[in-house]
Amino acid sequence: MSSSTLPLPSAGAPPTIGVLALQGDVREHLAALAGAGAQAQPVRRAEELAEVDGLVIPGGESTTMSKLAVIFGLLEPLRERIRGGMPAYGSCAGMIMLADKILDGRADQETIGGIDMIVRRNAFGRQNESFEAAVEVTGVEGGPVEGVFIRAPWVESTGSEVETLARLDDGTVVAVRQGCLLATSFHPELTGDHRVHRLFTDMVRAAR
Amino acid sequence: MSSTSFSSTQTPETGTARVKRGMAEQLKGGVIMDVVNAEQAKIAEDAGAVAVMALERVPADIRKDGGVARMSDPNMIEEIIDAVSIPVMAKSRIGHFVEAQVLQALGVDYIDESEVLTPADEVNHSDKWAFTTPFVCGATNLGEALRRIAEGAAMIRSKGEAGTGNVVEAVRHLRQIKNEIARLRGYDNNELYAAAKELRAPYEIVKEVAELGKLPVVLFSAGGVATPADAALMRQLGAEGVFVGSGIFKSGDPAKRAAAIVKATTFYDDPKIIADASRNLGEAMVGINCDTLPETERYANRGW
Repeated sequence: MSSSTLPLPSAGAPPTIGVLALQGDVREHLAALAGAGAQAQPVRRAEELAEVDGLVIPGGESTTMSKLAVIFGLLEPLRERIRGGMPAYGSCAGMIMLADKILDGRADQETIGGIDMIVRRNAFGRQNESFEAAVEVTGVEGGPVEGVFIRAPWVESTGSEVETLARLDDGTVVAVRQGCLLATSFHPELTGDHRVHRLFTDMVRAAR
Repeated sequence: MSSTSFSSTQTPETGTARVKRGMAEQLKGGVIMDVVNAEQAKIAEDAGAVAVMALERVPADIRKDGGVARMSDPNMIEEIIDAVSIPVMAKSRIGHFVEAQVLQALGVDYIDESEVLTPADEVNHSDKWAFTTPFVCGATNLGEALRRIAEGAAMIRSKGEAGTGNVVEAVRHLRQIKNEIARLRGYDNNELYAAAKELRAPYEIVKEVAELGKLPVVLFSAGGVATPADAALMRQLGAEGVFVGSGIFKSGDPAKRAAAIVKATTFYDDPKIIADASRNLGEAMVGINCDTLPETERYANRGW
């Protein structure tokens, strides 16, 4: 059997990236991933999680997402895959879900964890304090991204393995990376600019 | 790593359309529950609600009590804001922009300019662009939805008939909106001008809807959802999430029913999960047949 007859996935084939679809702005992430050249699909069940090369955890309500992940038996499979090296990207609520520790959460709020950081929920305030600001992100070429911050969390502190990718003018950390895990306080999926999703898609490709 | 990669280059801007509409995008796939006190708000949050609507009386009680229904007491709204970490919404009367100003000052996350309260203006809705706090408004058809969006609404909910526990009007209004969007999709450019006139909505928004095939803001369903299957029905019909008013706290076991409705909203297309969620929920709210409701008691007729 010659290798040329086998449909081997080439390095150029688009990676399959899931979007955790328990709740939140799933459609926008699916569209941004498709725009970034990935094969995007929603993930609500453990079987669906097993099919993907990487996972986006969208914006939404982190308390709801966490609750549903526990009820539907998804939390442990999520933790397992992330421990196993699956690349993941979380925006806003997704950042909270990827944090090893959170502040101002509910006492019983479970996160998936993976990034050695402490994240403060709703850190900037309530909806009236939600804002837009341009943000330079390390690893994203071509000028600042439009940062949309909605009842957003910020990164309070990080461990030594965590790289800070973006800060606001006042020094607030709003994007980080640890290995193949990426998190932003803001929502690139709401802007039509797919550069952050391209960065993540490249991370997933590199990890395959 | 260059030093420029650590600086933002612009002063933060609050209250933008993207921030207001984006907030509703974060609620998608979720359930927003009416609550009248801090204790109920906590039950809702525990059950997995994505937000709560703070109001003094649920619609079923507004119906029963009669009289003028107004914005809630600021104390009560603040107690609820303090009790939960999820977003808190509150209702202003239609056209009562001062109630809306008060709600903004209290720091609520979303204002519902709601037909459930007694309208304060029979001609004008509030100018919602004037606020930092985003607004959600009800609609029974596409024209009404687009007029509210033109006034600055950042989220639309189909109205249904609040406080009845009867999903029939919610279905009617959502189908109406979806059908009218589908019809717009089929129009060519020449027809869109006449369509805008017929819909009594600005041409630019009509054109945007024709191109997108959906509203430019998030569309939820409201008014009459009482069971997990009701919530899943509205999602399958195209609602991006649901408001549940009287249906939860007028039922036998609110905590259980609330959690069940959340589950069915997430897995709206999985009948087995909906079946499991529907088991042993205790008594549902009694409900009212909408065709026996006198015209004057139909909240959906309020607003225009």
